[in-house]
Amino acid sequence: MTATLDPETLAELLQTIRRFVTERLIPAEQQVDREDRIPEDILRDLQAMGLYGITIPTGYGGLGLNAEESVQVFFELCRAAPAFRSVIGINNGLGSSSILSDGNDDQRNRYIRRLASGDLVAAFCLTEPDSGSDAGALTTTARRDGDHYILNGTKRYITNAPQAGIFIVMARTDPAQAGAAGVSAFIVERETPGLSVARPDRKMGQKGAHLADVIFEDCRIPASALIGREGQGFKVAMRALDRGRIHIAAMCVGISERLIDEGLTYALDRPQFGKPIAEYQLVQAMLADSKAEAYAARCMVLDAARRLDRGERVSVEASCSKMFASEMCCRVADRVVQIHGGAGYISECAAERLYRDVRVFRLYEGTTQIQQLIIAKAMITARRA
Amino acid sequence: MKIAVCLKRVPDTTTKIVVAGDGKSIDETGVKFVPNPYDEYAIEAAIAFKEKAGAGETVVYSLGADVAQETMRTALAMGIDRGVLLQSPGSPDGFEVAKALATEIGTGGFDLVLFGKMAVDDYNHQVGIMVAELLELPCISAVSALTIDGSAVTAEREVEGGVEVVTCQLPVVITADKGINTPRLPSLKGIMAAKKKPLELKPVTLGPGGVTVTALALPPERQAGKIVGEGPDAVPALVQLLRNEAKVI
Repeated sequence: MTATLDPETLAELLQTIRRFVTERLIPAEQQVDREDRIPEDILRDLQAMGLYGITIPTGYGGLGLNAEESVQVFFELCRAAPAFRSVIGINNGLGSSSILSDGNDDQRNRYIRRLASGDLVAAFCLTEPDSGSDAGALTTTARRDGDHYILNGTKRYITNAPQAGIFIVMARTDPAQAGAAGVSAFIVERETPGLSVARPDRKMGQKGAHLADVIFEDCRIPASALIGREGQGFKVAMRALDRGRIHIAAMCVGISERLIDEGLTYALDRPQFGKPIAEYQLVQAMLADSKAEAYAARCMVLDAARRLDRGERVSVEASCSKMFASEMCCRVADRVVQIHGGAGYISECAAERLYRDVRVFRLYEGTTQIQQLIIAKAMITARRA
Repeated sequence: MKIAVCLKRVPDTTTKIVVAGDGKSIDETGVKFVPNPYDEYAIEAAIAFKEKAGAGETVVYSLGADVAQETMRTALAMGIDRGVLLQSPGSPDGFEVAKALATEIGTGGFDLVLFGKMAVDDYNHQVGIMVAELLELPCISAVSALTIDGSAVTAEREVEGGVEVVTCQLPVVITADKGINTPRLPSLKGIMAAKKKPLELKPVTLGPGGVTVTALALPPERQAGKIVGEGPDAVPALVQLLRNEAKVI
């Protein structure tokens, strides 16, 4: 997909997001962390800015940005605590892309415009209590019954479940088929009888962004809720994941750059033994390593995004970017806490909060270990072919 | 309602200012420029009054070099309908700017003409008031709250120790102070749409003006503070220094 914006408009867009992040989001971070809730006025601002529809085509009221443009938006937006990105994340990612790529016109017309505006929030239900990394082993069933399907099963750690109006659900339509082949994707509306959302899980960081179990008990949905054809569900999910991983990597870059800023500011302000700690070489090493690694990740993300825009298959590049950027981000967060010394362990400190927020990046949308398997398997397959 | 709003492109207030080689202008190298913050209040007011009226037109005017178009796009992205840039190089004095703006705005049939109360680069507080005079319109300056009901205008101004309430009829020139509203940030779609909104370029020739800037200087470096002692024992020494050295008591 070619660039949709001229350089001046893109620069203006990014500058406006930076201003929004600096003036509105960063000042609210502490309150969001303390209250585990994003204030209503900020949610309204996220909507008014158009951030729910960054990647959704303009024909559906979105901004229609390509991958290279959208990762630059995430670099800027994710200078703020990742909880803010989390609330808009699924609408821009797995929630809309599955319907756009594999859904039919009725489904697109019914949901995409509202996803782009943020009037409707989507959740993506793949993980289950007994299937995480081995997603193909999922056991939620969708049994055909005339013009309907009947869903049974439990989905775990579903981001935005407490707020979601629709759920994209992966369920097994063919119990005879083990693994990915028997899995189909469905759109389930929140009001559907038999669907319930459990209490939000308490978690280490990213307060304000909520996840919960979603439970289906004889949940009867129309056959028209199927996305694509039966048995295609996993393909729908996997296709969306490449793009999703690049977005996670972009997020890691944004938050790393913020952390480096926090570390540099503190190091220049904090005197010890008569001069700012930034003048000590051991502190400088931590700053320099962080800067170089964040720069490397930024370059990787931009390259993967450009390849995706050119229509290349980017599974390996997406996994490399996600793995490197998330590991890098956690190293940077650790160093920045170290630069802060004891102050970095105190809850008023942004470094302490962000340190907790970033840990999940190495876990979700494929752990580092799953990314390693994807990359190595692709290398071996290519050599043997 | 037809509303004009005037906008000046100024250096970002967080920019470190360097005086240029000529000693009387600023070195623009690497300086980030932004819409004058007080003008943003005026822009917000223009958009909000048009939205409330449900009809009408908002036009943004600026006078300056061609690069001012970038700044004007921000106003268009926030929601102003169209723009007119009066192209003029250099930094002319306020009266010359006011004359050019008045000539342009005077023929527009505007109900309301909005300015920021001053530009944060030169602190002159002049142009809005001069335009009102040239157009023979009433002017309410430094307005911190504004309501318009039909053609009746009620404005509040913060004066020493209190608030002054002023009324008049449209058409009127208003210069906006902070407190009048909270300027919106442009939406991302607004930014994309701004590129397609009309922005007219009109060359103008200004007179030499009556004011000449002869020199610019940065404020003196702040001197290090002095600690004269601690607790009640230090008071006599402090009083002595405040009286004889700082000469503030």
